[in-house]
Amino acid sequence: MLDIEKIRADFPILQEEVYPGVPLIFLDSAASSQKPTAVIEAMNHYYRTAHANVHRGIYRLSEEATNAYEGAREKVARFINARDTAEIIYVRNATEAFNLVAYSWGEANIHPGDEILLTEMEHHANLVPWHLLVERKGATIKYVPFDENGMLDLSTLGELLTERTKIFSFTAVSNVFGTINPVRQLVDAAHAVGAVAMVDAAQAVPHMAVDVQDWDCDFLAFSSHKMCGPTGIGILYGKRAQLEAMPPFMGGGDMIQRVTLAGSTWNELPWKFEAGTPSIAEGIGLGTAVDYLTAIGMDAIHAHEQFITHYALEALSEVPGLKVWGPPIASQKAGVAAFTLEKVHPHDIAELLDKDGIAIRAGHHCAMPLHQKLGLNASARASFYLHTTTAEIDNLIISLNRVRKLFRL
Amino acid sequence: MDKNIYREQIIDLYERPLNYGTLDPADFSHEEDNPLCGDVIRIDVCLDGENRVTAVAWSGNGCAISQASASLLTEAIKDMPLDELKTFPKERLLDLIGVPLSMARLKCALLSLKVLHTGANSIPDTHERNA
Repeated sequence: MLDIEKIRADFPILQEEVYPGVPLIFLDSAASSQKPTAVIEAMNHYYRTAHANVHRGIYRLSEEATNAYEGAREKVARFINARDTAEIIYVRNATEAFNLVAYSWGEANIHPGDEILLTEMEHHANLVPWHLLVERKGATIKYVPFDENGMLDLSTLGELLTERTKIFSFTAVSNVFGTINPVRQLVDAAHAVGAVAMVDAAQAVPHMAVDVQDWDCDFLAFSSHKMCGPTGIGILYGKRAQLEAMPPFMGGGDMIQRVTLAGSTWNELPWKFEAGTPSIAEGIGLGTAVDYLTAIGMDAIHAHEQFITHYALEALSEVPGLKVWGPPIASQKAGVAAFTLEKVHPHDIAELLDKDGIAIRAGHHCAMPLHQKLGLNASARASFYLHTTTAEIDNLIISLNRVRKLFRL
Repeated sequence: MDKNIYREQIIDLYERPLNYGTLDPADFSHEEDNPLCGDVIRIDVCLDGENRVTAVAWSGNGCAISQASASLLTEAIKDMPLDELKTFPKERLLDLIGVPLSMARLKCALLSLKVLHTGANSIPDTHERNA
């Protein structure tokens, strides 16, 4: 069991009041998580005592900055069990990771008539880069459907994966339903037809132990800001052989070995994909977030979220007229509950909950196609993390019942 | 829970909107949505020989603020000349709504006015009415 009070004390923002006398109840970690003191201090310390550009300066400060920034890469590699740090590419966020693969790998490997397989539950980050790619290439996209419980219909895989499929890119955890997909099974299915497998782990890495060798995926993407780290940095993991065969994504300083007026040669991995001065403080902050999560333990965090999710699903089911979308059983989902409340628009729910200090997301959560299939314009979404308490869920329920009363339900 | 933003009238109008429906034929009809939140508003307007509003109806769906706003706006423009529709000030609509709105909700509140402005501006001032 986690020591929740001790964990909550690690997050300065959780001590804040949203309005006078109204403490913050933050139930929007799936959009972006809050930051523990350790992460904030690590970045602060770097800027105060150790800032210099990396990979460049022949002086002490630059070496220290480089060591801290590259040390964070090693931490990330160990955290997801990558074979070596060359497979860990710093990007801005998971979205950039998908764009990198769609441009670099996609330009080299997708041809007219090829197929890309996605699912109907993807975040726009794992949809739009592929839409752009198939427009350029004259390829097509197919989608694995989800069922009424927000679970992928795996019986369709045999038909959807063919020798024309070049890449199968899917989410490990739905950011709306919370569905935990069977990643290894999906990766194996892709490999069986010779396709490459890419995993959106933006909602997985912050919440559960992830092992890229166990999953055997070719690419994996996640963002620092959803895992207690800063914004502005994320990770693309790629198998070394894939990354080596790919052309660079963006050009500029740091990603080159040699530049002449006639042309350039590329730096080795991972820097081949990292053009320009990087987000150094953010890299260091991410490394500290990895330390923080590792010290608590990803299995313990996952167990706590399962407990909270189970508690929340039970409590939400007792609110009349409220429907939770996605798997009905906590063990099938991560700490996410997307819901609707009869005729009350999710924006109205969110606005009223805000008055009680409760922060939830309302809208399509960057998953418009998912909502279109459900016949919804929007949903409300509460999401949980290591600092979420049952008392916060109780307050959510009280507020939701007030919304019902105000709307005369 | 401060209920200020959802004063009784807003909820009343959400439950029982004013001027809800469509007009066919109309001198102008326009519809827009806000894809971020899914609010949709359509406004139909009929004008007389002097380009004054003789009938107005709106339809759509969305949050309580956007829907109440459409009722209040369509109530306010009855008998109004076309040139005033084109310049109906947003401050006046916000006064009618009468509750403090965050930046995020301004878009909801002002969707109906955006629809009215675009529709009205599609009609030249010298327009000769259809019916």
